[in-house]
Amino acid sequence: MIERRKLLGSAAALAAAPLLARPALAQGAALKIGMITSLSGPGAYLGQDIRDGFALAMEVDSGKLGGTPVQLLVEDDALKPGQGKQIAERFMKNEKVRLLTGIVFSNVLGAAVPDVLDAGGIYVSPNASPSNMAGKECHPNFWSVAWQNDSLHEAAGQAARNLGYKKVFVLAPNYQAGKDAITGFKRKYALPVAGEIYTRLDQTDYAAEMAQIRAAQPDAIYQFHPGGLGIAFLKQYVQAGLSQSIPMVLSSPSMDYNTMMAVGEAAVGITVTAHWNSDFDNAANRGFLAAFQAKYNRMPTYYAEQGYDTALAIGAALRGTKGQVDDTEAFRKAMMPAKFESPRGRFAFGPNQHPVCDWFMLKVQKNGDGKLALVTQPGKVLENYGDAHSAQCKF
Amino acid sequence: MALLLEQLLNGVQLGVMLFLLAAGLTLVFGIMGVINLAHGSLYMVGAFASAFVAAQTGSFLLALLAGLAAAALCGMAVEYVVLRRLYARDHLDQVLATFGLILFFNQGMVLLFGRQPLFVDIPPLLQGAVEIIPGVPYPAYRIAIIGVGLLVGLGLWFLLQKTRVGMLVRAGATHRDMVRALGVDVRLLYTLVFGLGALLAGLAGLMAGPIFSVQVGMGEQILIQTFVVIVIGGLGSVRGAVAGALLVGLVDTLLRAFLPATLRSVMQGADADALASGLASMGIYVLMALVLLVRPRGLFPAHA
Amino acid sequence: MRDRLLLGLALLLAIALPWLAEAAGSPATVSLATRMAIYAIAAASLNLVLGYGGLVSFGHAAYFGLGGYAVGILYAHWRSEELLLGLIPGSIGLLPTLGAAMLLGGASAAVLGALSLRTRGVQFIMITLAFAQMLFFLFVSLKAYGGDDGLSIRRRGEFPGLDLRAPAQLYWLCLGLLVGWLLLLWRVTRSRFGQVLAGARQSERRMAALGVSVYPYRLVAFVISGMGTALAGGLMANALRFVSPDMMHWAKSGELMIMVILGGLGTLLGPVLGAIALVGLENWLSAWTEHWQFILGPILLAVVLFGRGGLMALLRRVLPA
Repeated sequence: MIERRKLLGSAAALAAAPLLARPALAQGAALKIGMITSLSGPGAYLGQDIRDGFALAMEVDSGKLGGTPVQLLVEDDALKPGQGKQIAERFMKNEKVRLLTGIVFSNVLGAAVPDVLDAGGIYVSPNASPSNMAGKECHPNFWSVAWQNDSLHEAAGQAARNLGYKKVFVLAPNYQAGKDAITGFKRKYALPVAGEIYTRLDQTDYAAEMAQIRAAQPDAIYQFHPGGLGIAFLKQYVQAGLSQSIPMVLSSPSMDYNTMMAVGEAAVGITVTAHWNSDFDNAANRGFLAAFQAKYNRMPTYYAEQGYDTALAIGAALRGTKGQVDDTEAFRKAMMPAKFESPRGRFAFGPNQHPVCDWFMLKVQKNGDGKLALVTQPGKVLENYGDAHSAQCKF
Repeated sequence: MALLLEQLLNGVQLGVMLFLLAAGLTLVFGIMGVINLAHGSLYMVGAFASAFVAAQTGSFLLALLAGLAAAALCGMAVEYVVLRRLYARDHLDQVLATFGLILFFNQGMVLLFGRQPLFVDIPPLLQGAVEIIPGVPYPAYRIAIIGVGLLVGLGLWFLLQKTRVGMLVRAGATHRDMVRALGVDVRLLYTLVFGLGALLAGLAGLMAGPIFSVQVGMGEQILIQTFVVIVIGGLGSVRGAVAGALLVGLVDTLLRAFLPATLRSVMQGADADALASGLASMGIYVLMALVLLVRPRGLFPAHA
Repeated sequence: MRDRLLLGLALLLAIALPWLAEAAGSPATVSLATRMAIYAIAAASLNLVLGYGGLVSFGHAAYFGLGGYAVGILYAHWRSEELLLGLIPGSIGLLPTLGAAMLLGGASAAVLGALSLRTRGVQFIMITLAFAQMLFFLFVSLKAYGGDDGLSIRRRGEFPGLDLRAPAQLYWLCLGLLVGWLLLLWRVTRSRFGQVLAGARQSERRMAALGVSVYPYRLVAFVISGMGTALAGGLMANALRFVSPDMMHWAKSGELMIMVILGGLGTLLGPVLGAIALVGLENWLSAWTEHWQFILGPILLAVVLFGRGGLMALLRRVLPA
């Protein structure tokens, strides 16, 4: 059953003395799963889709995951690392939650997850998967069901190479994820880039960058600007008249369903690399898509698919352990084979417990009834691809 | 040469965009002495209202009216309910209250419109590009922004300097009791001025819609830069806001445009890029600090 | 007399909190209270310039973050065994790291304060904000220390006889430092120095007429305040075992100001109440509903509009002196 914190918390907060909120009463024997995610601020739709995708998998299984009744506790970290950590601590100590998930952003993960792992908890990431967790600081109880961060950009680099672009211009905001994006892109693109620009995180106007791109006359551009930054960048790219002459290759964070709709027709023709798309032709995906649209009356983004996959992966593990999460080694053994049907098709865990999957090329097109759609192109960009950090991981 | 000209034009255009937002903020500060952190929220309200109406009706005129009306009405409601009680208080209380308003407005927008960013199209008339500088197509919409900014600047100047209302407003700022003694309803006057400030914020928001991202929190992203503009220009001075906005727009654009290449000629590529973008991020704050150290009240202080 | 009794009782309760929390089956309350104590140190420090000095600093998150980064960077160098700037060895000792945090906070407050204090009023608000923004962007782009993703600190500070991995011990440390810091601030504000500071807030001209130049007094207050805020930042780095530029974000400066105003400007215990109230409200409201900001916003508004003088004034109404 899906138990919103609304029901739990209100009783607890009102009944208990201000400093000592009581733990909520356990509802039957349901296994509690704690979800810390971002539901306010500019990145809020990411957290919303992850939560909804996860909850959908539970609903499809009538409140269970892998035969075990589960109860999902959701709280908003407001994109504040301190808040995320506080919630993790409350989940683990007060609610006795052993299994956590949900964090969208790497900086919240960096603050909250080490404590979870040190206290013997299990964390299954539906999104943020920074390189240290895949390599040097990998942990037997840390799982990523999304991707390793670099793979997103390596796929884009491979796609740009496959498309035969000789001079690619790259742009990303000047912060860690932006620098990682450019490094990842270059690793697979493997040709010298025509130029690189680091933009600002608080930037809204990109006119100066557009002029530089025009002056450099590249074959194509690759840019990583997640969320609102990317929407502004794309709109201004099109308005500057660059989209007709210089094609664009993107990784999925810069172009999900919501960003595409916010940019509008201007997005047509853009190439995106992704691990999942709504038009994948497999039974699991058709089922996911139909159920998601029926329940929430909107199109899922890939974040929703990741939330859904996370729930399925946990479900597969719970089926193996008969609902036990206290023996983490047993949980690990049950989780590792990834015995579930992912909407993205082939899915396996690599030795560092990060996904090994296929990467595809999508194009923004107008479909028959004039609506915008991300359309999967034939062939695979990367096949059975894990990540570059796995070798550094020693448990 | 064409590149330099284009970048200068870009700088002016960014400056005008900042001016649209700064004009309302500085007006409200200059006349009522209120620091309104929620100015960015009114900008967001304007952008959301016009995006919503445009999507529902497909009419850009209706969207324009809706954006202006929503921002102005919201502004007047905020003034009536909250801010009029804070005119006599110090800046701290105003900062705290308007910070509370930001939280309220942001989450209110989530409740009304959901969490995903909204789509806004450019009016058909303004799509396409114009070649002002030979060989460089410049988006028509951005030229329109410059035009609107000029009109707003002239309009404000005319309103404040040449009309009876403007005279009352200016007098109300410095000699409140005198104006009241003349039988003018100062409270109503203030509500209207605040409404005008909010209307300008809404105008900036709906103009920004087609080029920026219309999403919750869009106001705070640009709010701090707007404060930088009015502090550099001199608080409460519309003339200062113009100067500050153009200065900030130009400095910001030119640093972003030319600093990386300049640094790369003296040091290694990757280090140069990182340093350049770091310096460019700090550029406008360094500018503000320098201006304030030389002229602590800004370039064109009001009531000097 | 009664006030002292109540204060003593509150302190006893605060000390006993870890046992009470355990008994109530809510052990996470200890780390929540740790966060409250840490923010209380920062808010009390800000209050010295904001409340007593009348100087509205909108950039105190910078010192909070610098304190955190002092601890984080020393840890990173301790771990990699490389000298910082080729000179300073890393450390995870509690005293050297917190000392470095305070030193860094104080030194940067001295430099930034010396420049900022040349302005007044709104310009002062904005110039302090500008300096904080510069530092924020500097740390966002500092790849060596994690940039925007932040820096993990796997080991808490070490001090003989203390085991900070135990939440209760960390809590008592923060509580002890809070009490110590409050006593220090109490002495400072009651001294001649504090009187000059308060006098300057009321009328700078009068102080000038008395032949007192207020600038050095304000600067010293600013430095003390920066040191306290940095100490809080260093403690926060220990509590979170993580630092990120988020600690320097302008919204954090705003939150610290809110704690001070919410609790009661220019009162010794106001900032403590404010920190407890704001951290508590955020915590409980967000556990209650995902739209918690929709409720927190109006609460803050109501406090400004109707609760003049903040929680401290409210408390005084219940318990007249």
